[in-house]
Amino acid sequence: MAQFVMEFERPLVDLEEKLQELKRLDLAADLELGEEIKELEAEIEQLRVTLYQALSPWERVQVARHPGRPKTQDYVEALCSEVVELNGDRLYGDDEAIFAGLATIAGHRCMVIGHRKGKSTKENIRRNFGSPHPEGLRKARRAMLMAEKFGLPVVTFVDTQGAYPGVEAEERGQAWAIAENLATLSALRVPIVAVGIGEGGSGGALAIGFGDRLIMLENAYYSVISPEACASILYKDAGRAPETASCLRMTAEDLVGLGIADEIIAEPLGGAHRDPSAVFAAVERAVIAALSELCVQDADALVERRFERLSAIGVYAEGE
Amino acid sequence: MPISDWFKAREGRRYTVASAEKSADLPDGVWLKCPSCKHTIYQGVLEENVYVCPHCAHHFELYAHARVLSLADEGTFEETESTLSSLDPLRFSANKPYTESLASAKDKTGMAEAVVTGRALLGGHPVVLGAMDFRFVGASMGSAVGEKIARAFALAEAERRGLVLVIASGGARMQEGMLSLMQMAKTSAAAERLSRARVPYISILTNPTYGGVTASFPVLADIILAEPGALIGFTGPRVIEQTIRQSLPKGFQTAEFLEEHGMIDEVVPRTELASTVARVLDYLSGPEVPLAATGAACRVPASTGGDE
Ligand SMILES: [Zn+2]
Repeated sequence: MAQFVMEFERPLVDLEEKLQELKRLDLAADLELGEEIKELEAEIEQLRVTLYQALSPWERVQVARHPGRPKTQDYVEALCSEVVELNGDRLYGDDEAIFAGLATIAGHRCMVIGHRKGKSTKENIRRNFGSPHPEGLRKARRAMLMAEKFGLPVVTFVDTQGAYPGVEAEERGQAWAIAENLATLSALRVPIVAVGIGEGGSGGALAIGFGDRLIMLENAYYSVISPEACASILYKDAGRAPETASCLRMTAEDLVGLGIADEIIAEPLGGAHRDPSAVFAAVERAVIAALSELCVQDADALVERRFERLSAIGVYAEGE
Repeated sequence: MPISDWFKAREGRRYTVASAEKSADLPDGVWLKCPSCKHTIYQGVLEENVYVCPHCAHHFELYAHARVLSLADEGTFEETESTLSSLDPLRFSANKPYTESLASAKDKTGMAEAVVTGRALLGGHPVVLGAMDFRFVGASMGSAVGEKIARAFALAEAERRGLVLVIASGGARMQEGMLSLMQMAKTSAAAERLSRARVPYISILTNPTYGGVTASFPVLADIILAEPGALIGFTGPRVIEQTIRQSLPKGFQTAEFLEEHGMIDEVVPRTELASTVARVLDYLSGPEVPLAATGAACRVPASTGGDE
């Protein structure tokens, strides 16, 4: 895959290309450009830091959607061993937009569930770009109930633009599938650790996207509506998504501020795709820490705390 | 007495809720045109027929207060949590400030939020009854709606009253961002609790019911009813059309379409909703018999006057 350039990275990429050119020239013609090269390198380093250190919400959305960003299957490969994948919802079919499987993470036997985007166009078409149909969400629910039955904690990786908006999805009860997952997750008698690794698109994300812990990668987002759709509704102009991305308060930091997420995992400068193995290690540490804490808790208390935590979410006024 | 006075007096007899101002903002003797069959109908006649066109059975929008009164046994509805209302936690101001949307919704409806809840009797059964009002920011679910719904579930469980919720909504309230999305999880958790407590829950889906609201507490009911012709779904038809670049099949996402696809129990005309719900409650909310305590396999009939 050719290097994918995000819009806001363009100035940096231009400078990097210029540097390559200088180096080539220097090598070919022996022009003694050492000073210039050094200066340019310093400039690039400075720009890299200023560019990436304070990403705007809209820039983070672009990082979260970067095609090279690690996907659920990368996390499964990096973190899990002895994987047994589950297929099918036993009702209609198997939805490749959702992964579900028995897996071991650092000695913890778990049920792992995640949205599964593809890494190529071909794979993305098969996986419907990680946007589940009802059968995918029902496969996830089957996995949740199996986890409860056999006392396995559930670890989920959230990365979807949303539940698929199509005719068949409606016919087979997309809303029903989401709601049933929400009800199931809310009362499941095993620990649930959700990790936001990329996109958290509305109900399709939420359907496997909450539990006893919500861990967010620094550039992952989670939102009630995509910034583009929000901009289309409010301004009749999807091009104003950079504004709505800020208004919607959808970044990892916002979520912690709202009391919805618990923890942020820092990403390498520029995004998780710059150094995936560092990100895998950090996610593994966070998941293990959460599991170690949750797995020793009494199931009744765990479910009660989860219910109270959900019940407490909301800001409203009471009285005249 | 003139017919308009008769209707007014009748309202006074029937409506015990102070805020039944719905008809007060319309002058007496108003005639309305049915958008479906174009007949002109006297407002009072329409009201008498719970806003169903007597000529073609078109279902007009029914506001939340009138809705709960149309289902509750006469004079039994007592509103709860009437002062619970929205704040602006994100200070959301893209295009139109959220606070302005809220203020104009309150003005327009006289309601504090998009859902009315309360205790009532329905066919003699004690219930918790709620209805959403589409005029209030599209009856979208933010923190306040989510909290009122969650409390309705909690009240139903605490007092072991059947829960009857009449749904209409455009979806999640985007002006509250993730707080709004999380209300889906919160209300679904509340529904799951009520279900485990074996207290009956009936939802009635009305036009329109969409988005994150559909995908939470409404479809978790024991019995799901819907009004004829109501549009119900997760994704709105325009977004689907844009995604698949095809026009949608006729009747797509209507109540009848959902019935055909096995997603709801029955399409019930508004005029028959109260009796249908009462009949369901007759079955599901009889005198509670703790099964384990009695060892009985089934509910014991309330009166065992045998007549074989
Ligand atoms: Zn008509």
